[in-house]
Amino acid sequence: MSQITMTQAINRAIDEAMAEDEGVILLGEDVAAKQGGGVFKISAGLTEKYGENRVRATPISEQAIVGACVGAALAGFRPIAEIMLMNFVTVAMDQIVNHAAKLRFMSGGQTHVPMVIRTTTGVGVGFGGQHSDMLEAWFAHVAGLKIVTPSNAADAQGLMRAAIACNDPVIFIENILCYGLKSDDPGPNHFVPLGKAAVAREGSDCTIVTYGRTVLDALEIAGKLADEGISVEVIDLRTIAPYDEATVTASVEKTGRAVVLHEAVKQYGTGAEIASRLNEKLFGKLKAPVTRIGGAFSAVPMANALEQAWIPNKEKIADAVRAAVNWKG
Amino acid sequence: MTDTTIDRDKLRDIYTRTMRVARADEKFRSLLMTGKLAVIYYTVRGQELVSAAAMAALEPSDYLVTTYRGQHDQIAKGVPLNPLFAEIAGKVGGTCRGKGGSMHITHPETGVMVTTGVVGSGLPIANGLALASQNRGDGKVTMVCFGDGATNIGAFHEAMNMAQLWKLPVIFLCQNNRYGEHTAFADHTKVDSIVTRAKAYGMNGVKVDGNDAIAMYNTTKAAVDRARAGEGPTLIEAMCYRMMGHFFGADFSYMPPEHLAEMAAEDPLPRLRQLMLDHQFTEAELDAIVADLDAQMDAAAEFAANSPLPGPEEIRKDVFEEEIAA
Repeated sequence: MSQITMTQAINRAIDEAMAEDEGVILLGEDVAAKQGGGVFKISAGLTEKYGENRVRATPISEQAIVGACVGAALAGFRPIAEIMLMNFVTVAMDQIVNHAAKLRFMSGGQTHVPMVIRTTTGVGVGFGGQHSDMLEAWFAHVAGLKIVTPSNAADAQGLMRAAIACNDPVIFIENILCYGLKSDDPGPNHFVPLGKAAVAREGSDCTIVTYGRTVLDALEIAGKLADEGISVEVIDLRTIAPYDEATVTASVEKTGRAVVLHEAVKQYGTGAEIASRLNEKLFGKLKAPVTRIGGAFSAVPMANALEQAWIPNKEKIADAVRAAVNWKG
Repeated sequence: MTDTTIDRDKLRDIYTRTMRVARADEKFRSLLMTGKLAVIYYTVRGQELVSAAAMAALEPSDYLVTTYRGQHDQIAKGVPLNPLFAEIAGKVGGTCRGKGGSMHITHPETGVMVTTGVVGSGLPIANGLALASQNRGDGKVTMVCFGDGATNIGAFHEAMNMAQLWKLPVIFLCQNNRYGEHTAFADHTKVDSIVTRAKAYGMNGVKVDGNDAIAMYNTTKAAVDRARAGEGPTLIEAMCYRMMGHFFGADFSYMPPEHLAEMAAEDPLPRLRQLMLDHQFTEAELDAIVADLDAQMDAAAEFAANSPLPGPEEIRKDVFEEEIAA
């Protein structure tokens, strides 16, 4: 079977949506052909096909980019904003939090904002404190936003199609380290529904709940722990919000143990919400406390040695699972 | 050179829009004063004519984005009074089912796409509406209204640059009412005129006396025609006065007496009335327009009073397309 990289998968999803609907447009810094089709080449070839009115390279003006997408969405378009790196999203928070997320509600349902904000990030490439953060928890706290992050190329394609088709704003978080990941080619018009988690690996002793790049770590650790006789189930949320409570709760009810893992800073992260919900739903059925693993409480450091100390590394993940399984109360 | 003439039908239209704004504002203030309404309200006293003349230059299908002090813009654009009154009162019969309030009036049928409570945030959104029109070739223009206070936030500058870069069919209408909240223009901006900033973006810019009905209409019309013809955006700086405090009931002792006197002398309502008389409208004709509007205000207040309060289930609706589970 032929394979496809995550870069190709996202490009294909946008290409398909643009071919289908003239209202799908792409706005972002350097995204057009003249600038090389985007810093990470996600929009390569799209200008040639759809023209500069639909693939618009913008000034470095994140508020204006997101705001223009909000306005175009209100007029019935399905715009995609590329915000080069997730930290730059902070410059456009007013447009995202006060407008994109709330206009449907504040208008009593008269208007809505079907737009996607694509962005990327990732710890491990030495980009330092202002180019590496995972900020999904900030957005998960805002009613009206959907937050998606793929862990493999096929899902990236399917989730992107679903995000563009969604009638509400979607924050689509990519990871720089994942662009080269290959999946079996899912073929054209592949959709992965929003709000549905995937069981990435089945197991019976402990569930790791995670999303994005750390799904890869969880799967690797699950393989290693199998050799120690520990059977780990890995849940890939795919959509962080709305949260697929049914899938996660069912898994943890089965295994009785859960470790929530994310690359974002642990403190006040989405892991706290997930652990709390599991306690509310499964108190009395849990065989060990739900624990969390996340990034350290500091800015992301530049030096690779420090990055590796900062990030939830594989040994920490394995130790957390072992501790859950061996927990004696 | 801006045209200094106007036809009588257009003048009657501007007068009617102005007085609809003025009588609605008067009604809201009376409801607040008598305790029949207890909500935050940003009075538009002094800015009635600016919007009326500007909106008279738009088509009903054109888009409008405005700000929390936006009742004049919304009413002049054509938002029907009953749902407008009910929305301000927080009732289910409101434009937004009571979920937006005066700061978030939305009424797409009359082109009112966004009313924002965040100063300056409307400008980038207006660009997007205009961009959609440009790509579709639907001939619509977008107007975005904001005050002088909005011109010192980053969104203004980002949006102005992008609009000119892409020659978007958008009109930036700065209603320079001389105050940003409690801070006088000279205390927040070092240039004499906002319109000089248009130059910084290579944009067409026009300054106009917003209380001169003919100049305001013709200036806006020229900008609208230009945008519709694909010639790009215009920044209009319309000089006017905010004749009361930041919000209704707020202290405005920070406005110096000479400013208050200047404002009173420049009140757009008597000035417009005189202009109408000069154009051979009769007192009786003008009084009849106002009497008819007052009857509409009474009916709208009644509609709002009788409209039910929204139920708690509204909190789960319109967060997303699909209702949130209880």
